[in-house]
Amino acid sequence: MASTLATISSDRIDSRFDSLKGAGRKALVCYITAGFPDTRGTLELMSGLEAEGADVIEVGVPFSDPIADGPIIQASSQRALAGGMTLDKSLELVTRARLAVPVVLFTYLNPLLSAGVDVLERAGNAGVDGVLVSDLPLGADPEREDWLAGSGLAFIRLVAPTTPSDRMSEIARTGSGFVYLISRLGVTGVQSDLPTQLPETAARLRAATSLPICIGFGVAEPHQARSAAGIADGVVVGSALVRAAGESVASALRLARSLRAALDDAT
Amino acid sequence: MTPTQHSGRFGAFGGRYVPETLIPALDELDAAFDSAMADVAFLAEVDTMLSTYVGRPSPLSTAPRFSAAVGAEVFLKREDLNHTGAHKINNTVGQVFLAMRMGKRRIVAETGAGQHGVATATVCARFGLDCVVYMGEEDIRRQSLNVRRMKLMGAEVVPVGSGTRTLKDATSEAIRDWVTNVDSSYYLIGSVVGPAPYPRMVREFQSVIGREARDQMLAAAGRLPSTVVACVGGGSNAMGIFHPFEADPDVELVGIEAAGHGLESGEHSASLLKGRPGILHGTLSYLLQDDAGQIHPAHSISAGLDYPGVGPEHAHLRDTGRAKYFAVTDQGALRGFSMLSRLEGIIPALETSHAITWVADNASRWSAADAVLICISGRGDKDMEQVTDLGIGRK
Repeated sequence: MASTLATISSDRIDSRFDSLKGAGRKALVCYITAGFPDTRGTLELMSGLEAEGADVIEVGVPFSDPIADGPIIQASSQRALAGGMTLDKSLELVTRARLAVPVVLFTYLNPLLSAGVDVLERAGNAGVDGVLVSDLPLGADPEREDWLAGSGLAFIRLVAPTTPSDRMSEIARTGSGFVYLISRLGVTGVQSDLPTQLPETAARLRAATSLPICIGFGVAEPHQARSAAGIADGVVVGSALVRAAGESVASALRLARSLRAALDDAT
Repeated sequence: MTPTQHSGRFGAFGGRYVPETLIPALDELDAAFDSAMADVAFLAEVDTMLSTYVGRPSPLSTAPRFSAAVGAEVFLKREDLNHTGAHKINNTVGQVFLAMRMGKRRIVAETGAGQHGVATATVCARFGLDCVVYMGEEDIRRQSLNVRRMKLMGAEVVPVGSGTRTLKDATSEAIRDWVTNVDSSYYLIGSVVGPAPYPRMVREFQSVIGREARDQMLAAAGRLPSTVVACVGGGSNAMGIFHPFEADPDVELVGIEAAGHGLESGEHSASLLKGRPGILHGTLSYLLQDDAGQIHPAHSISAGLDYPGVGPEHAHLRDTGRAKYFAVTDQGALRGFSMLSRLEGIIPALETSHAITWVADNASRWSAADAVLICISGRGDKDMEQVTDLGIGRK
């Protein structure tokens, strides 16, 4: 029962990328931190971002010690935790938002493991389509990687500029949905340009997989989104949206609108 | 099979739970460490530095008045007499030589009490390397003398104001620096924590403590100790003294965690006694955390034990029963601090004081035939200001 639902869920990511490809468009993947600026703001952001043309919503589960995140997402996570946000409350928000676009749960491994052995089933039932674990690289924990890969949810894996090409193939082979290409060395955050070696890294990844590729980490401005989309199937925007959401929901939605326009202009 | 698979485990614990960006750097480090440890020239270089700069071997002292007070024959392994005043520099020397062998000239470190930061700044100054030390704002306040020492030796000390503003957050920030500057920088972790190969590597560089102590016990007492006692925060001095005794079945290994305001208070650093397994800073081990998997802030009077996790090898030794773990409170540690000072003329670090107090408080455990070896992991000069504020040593 649950696995049937979950299979349908992961298919929603595949069909979204199929239809984008058919239309010659690029994916806009929007990251938000669950519980930031507050519960109501998260719900408004989810439905608002969908309305502004987001193709995938990444819902970040706040963690007390986010080593892959820069100051903006760290601060949003602390505020969300202070407001009592948990993984299960994040799932409730996904259920309440009832989005038509696919949802990816973006989490560190510790809160995911603490949520119990049936957490992936609960996530699927809540309307989550895929899971991304930022501190579970290929080969780190085969048993838990198999658990994620076999859950019926898409298992979104990350590739870095430092990843050798043969390892890229292996990462992509064990993942599904899309591959998240980290644009630069470092943590999440807002940057003013894209690294010069990014096209070469994206080309290596393209040769290693047939999965869609989305580029994130440091993508903040419409012009960056346009450039990144030129060498990938989509972009992930996180810190810039979270920073804007810290000002107001409307400000975040304005940014999403300009990103959508830039991506559509590029195609 | 890539080298990243199934490596760096101690039973179920350990591993490499890090962002993908760091995996090639950890592979490189793993290979460089193994190649260095098989190279007699590298090992000779480290040994020479340990003897001519650090002052090794550190002595084994008898402790007649303390022994009489507790009812066992107590021996003290004097890591407090190392250059910079603690065991930390054993690891720092080894890793700095490894960094230079790998061609890295920028060293990044985290520090709690400041002892690891000082040791890192010291060895970096000796070799002209750039040194950046992350330190929580709360620890900077508690350990201002060590901050001044690091700066004097040319290190950049970066205050960390996120989270609990202690060692946990300093470690996160050091990892973020490393992931950003991974091409040019070497992350010099200060304890047997973090992703593989760090726990194994730090243990190897600290095992000089136990190797010397084992030989010194045989020479001085004609026998091995019946019990070896060390304080455990991350657990590097304890792993260093335990490891060479692990294959001696009659040697009891005891680690002492910080019970802070009490084990039932919720304000302590006793991850092995009160935590449950989880993942922090790249490794699977016992952690202080809530039901939702958020890391619970640790507390200890000693900044060096104030960490919500513990080395994964200690988690394994706990589960297998090879080592036993107990805890001593803040107030208890202050008693040991005073006691060793008055009875032996040795002012121990507050971290070390936890181990001393446990031996003193368990007099009923000991008989005159017992030989108890305590690792004096560091000296207490750094703690004088803090304990004086608490009213100790004034009269």
